[in-house]
Amino acid sequence: MTAGILLQIAQTLLAILLAPLLLGWVNQCRAWLQGRGAPPITQPYRSIRKLFHKDAVIAHNASPLFRFAPYMIFACMALAAGIVPMIVNDLPFSPAADAIALVGVFALARVFLALAAMDIGTSFGTLGARREMLVAFLAEPALLMVFFTASLISQSTELPHIVETLAHSEFAIYPSLAFAAVAFWMISVAENARIPVDNPTTHLELTMIHEAMILEYSARHLALIEWAVALKLFTYSALGIALFLPWGIAAAGDWGALPLAVLALFAKMAGGGFLLAFMEAISAKLRLFRVPEYLGTAFLLAVLGMLIHFLLEV
Amino acid sequence: MFEPVILPVQLAWGIVLFWLALGFSSLFTQQTPRLRGLIFPLGALAALCLAGVGVIGLIDPASAIVLPIGLPDLPFHLRLDALSAFFLVLLGGSAFGVTVYSIGYFKDMERGSLALLAFWYHLFLAGMTLVLLADDAYAFMVAWEVMALSSYFLVTTDHDIPDIRRAGFLYLLIAHVGAIALLLCFGVLQGGGLEASGDFTFASMRLAEMTPFWGSVVFLLALFGFGAKAGLVPLHVWLPEAHPAAPSPVSALMSGVMLKTAIYGLLRVTFDLLNVQQGWWGTLALTLGLLTALYGVIFAAVQSDMKRLLAWSSIENIGVIVAAFGLTLIFYTDGKGALAALTMTALLYHALNHAFFKGLLFIGTGSVLHATGSRHMGHLGGLMRFMPWTAWLTLIGALAIAGLPPLNGFVSEWLLLQAFLLTPGLNQPYLNMVIPVAAASVALAAALAAYVMVKFFGVVFLGQPRDAKLNHAHEASWPERLGMIWLAAGCVLLGLFPTQVIGWMAPVVQLLTGQTLINDGNWILLAPVDAARASYAPLIFFGVLLVTVLLVFIWVRRIYHGRVRRADAWDCGYPEQTSRMQDTAEGFGQPIRHIFEMFMRVEREEPDPFDRHPRHTSASLDKIWFIVYLPIARLAGWISDQAGRLQHGRIQWYLIYSFATLIFLLVL
Repeated sequence: MTAGILLQIAQTLLAILLAPLLLGWVNQCRAWLQGRGAPPITQPYRSIRKLFHKDAVIAHNASPLFRFAPYMIFACMALAAGIVPMIVNDLPFSPAADAIALVGVFALARVFLALAAMDIGTSFGTLGARREMLVAFLAEPALLMVFFTASLISQSTELPHIVETLAHSEFAIYPSLAFAAVAFWMISVAENARIPVDNPTTHLELTMIHEAMILEYSARHLALIEWAVALKLFTYSALGIALFLPWGIAAAGDWGALPLAVLALFAKMAGGGFLLAFMEAISAKLRLFRVPEYLGTAFLLAVLGMLIHFLLEV
Repeated sequence: MFEPVILPVQLAWGIVLFWLALGFSSLFTQQTPRLRGLIFPLGALAALCLAGVGVIGLIDPASAIVLPIGLPDLPFHLRLDALSAFFLVLLGGSAFGVTVYSIGYFKDMERGSLALLAFWYHLFLAGMTLVLLADDAYAFMVAWEVMALSSYFLVTTDHDIPDIRRAGFLYLLIAHVGAIALLLCFGVLQGGGLEASGDFTFASMRLAEMTPFWGSVVFLLALFGFGAKAGLVPLHVWLPEAHPAAPSPVSALMSGVMLKTAIYGLLRVTFDLLNVQQGWWGTLALTLGLLTALYGVIFAAVQSDMKRLLAWSSIENIGVIVAAFGLTLIFYTDGKGALAALTMTALLYHALNHAFFKGLLFIGTGSVLHATGSRHMGHLGGLMRFMPWTAWLTLIGALAIAGLPPLNGFVSEWLLLQAFLLTPGLNQPYLNMVIPVAAASVALAAALAAYVMVKFFGVVFLGQPRDAKLNHAHEASWPERLGMIWLAAGCVLLGLFPTQVIGWMAPVVQLLTGQTLINDGNWILLAPVDAARASYAPLIFFGVLLVTVLLVFIWVRRIYHGRVRRADAWDCGYPEQTSRMQDTAEGFGQPIRHIFEMFMRVEREEPDPFDRHPRHTSASLDKIWFIVYLPIARLAGWISDQAGRLQHGRIQWYLIYSFATLIFLLVL
């Protein structure tokens, strides 16, 4: 049990520490694909460090909620990173929160971010909050449907059980999971504010969603939010790996498999990050009111995946 | 075993009598301020006692008494079993918070109308309690009418406003259409069995052997009658009119508790009185429930009156509850007792949750209304700075209703979703296809609820005040705060201790479905059915979340400086910003209106290019009102017009009518 808790903490810390690296890697790949000179892979760390050293500037009418939200968002993401099996499959925390609770944790962070965005009362903040909730109300049920498909196969909504079942299944890929995988990819792109739903590098009012919400944040608060964003991307990637490429994650008590599990995680993350950068490079940003169609497609794909599970009964 | 001296049902009846006495005495004590001030505190105390009686009733076996009141040979039968007891806990728990709140809320009310209000208020509470206790159709209908009429008078408290009179009338009308259906329902239950039972008591109805046909008739009538009270689509139209019209504590009771009496009735008739159930009833209820949930939440998202928004959100929650009811029926008729127990638990849990968070949100809007004089979200904003207590307590309610962990809304939603995941065990293959879609709709409704709550809380409490007078908004008084704290504490505790709550509910679930939900975990771990399948431990979850927030906070504070500079908000280089440039409530709902426009009738008023004072307004109206209700109203108008032709006001004609009738009858 103690070993389990230590592993749990170690995995969560590892995720927190490595998260900006994944973001740096995606940015680097994207720069290469676009034929630009790439920033160093450690650039996100430097930005976060820089932000922590600055003086925080807060609007006169900011309420305590505004100052509390970044800590809450960061904690939620850390918690989410603790639920998803990344290198080990035996997490003592996972019985406390299953896949549905994971969706709840993401929602909790999002609601706090949206509320904080509305707190100052600038038109941008509210606009961002509104758009974020628009994306969320379609992405969240779609994500739940993806989890449902996986949990119908494994008869469990607990991520370790799902990973355990899928890693040792006789099928290379379940037909229902193939649909779910496509849906999951679309959802993660939307949830992590990437192209084509949102552009993390833009500050153009017509298009921005996530950036509009955090315009009023600065210094340590902004640093925490940026870090939480990186952590969210990392957690979503780990989630995708756990659901669709679960090979290599160390089983319970299998200490010898740990180094291999870390290596496998690195390799899969690098591949996934490159794929994300590639997809971003070849697609264009969608107009805001095409986003519901995009997410509606994801939602339908996830529901289709579930229906296929019922039809084929595998 | 010792014989208890006083039965729980007698205690509950005593509280009913106490409330009635309080109500009547409030009419005569308005001259003495000291006595007048005691009415609501005593009422609150009685509500707390009632919750206590409910808890005893959950543990004790059912108890019944016969009261020698009513018509000759038709006494009132009262009975308190686990189902009644559970709803008594719900009623008492929610009403205690709301009544404590009322002490402060109605303090400055004019004396005459306060006397009347206190009278109807306590009559309303007594009526709802009697509905839960009634054990024969006669007592039930009397209590049902007391509840409907007293709430009608509460809704029309401000009867000098025409809109409120209109809302009240609509409410009364639909309440009575529903009541007629209930009367017929009980009639069929009494006489529709293979051999007619002797009297109208529920006890003899339970024994009646129903054919599937008559059973279905009973169920449909009950669904209609109770659905009208609960606000099931398409019978929901009174709800968004009546709830905003009533004073806020009354809205809280109507939404939090009165709608639940309809759920109680539905459960009582379907699972207790009827001894035959059919699978298609479940499918019907599931479909209607999901429709109601989605319809309600979509309309909630486009409202700009905060109480109307909450009323629509109540429709959504009732939809979720009825969907759970449908799923329970499906499992139950399929012989899956354990799963029926799980869904029934989710249903009861959600009903209890809704009583707490919706009550909290409604009284929160009451404080805002008192402090600002406005219900329209377009005139509010930034209230968190002026009313921090109200704002933070309302935030708890908003997060709970949005279904976020670790609060109570999440628990019931989690249980319901788990139930949906267990449907592959069903024997009906076609149903299996439908269930994923149903699960998706529940998830969609829950996600939209989060949208609605961000809108509600963000526009009212965050941002800048949209009106200069808001800068003088005052915080709620202490009784008001205490009432809100009670309900908010309920939201938190129901969220953190689900295993205990489910343990208390077990007798109810046992009574209705014949099985209890097996918790495979321990006191801290909620694991319905099987721990390997799914588990949730809110206490651990909350603890870890709290510790993580604290650790992050301490770490940031220890390593880095905590310097903060205050400045103006960034104005994008445009200094002429006013608080009116914030997003409005309409603006926040605009994406939803854009996406779901097919469900609503949007009436826009575009400004003329030459207009000196251009205005743009748009209203999203309920399409069902235009499709269903207006034609019915027109038809009724047409029929009465035709009937009106007979009326000439001339005595000769009326004599001819009577003569013709006489001849006709003689011929017959």
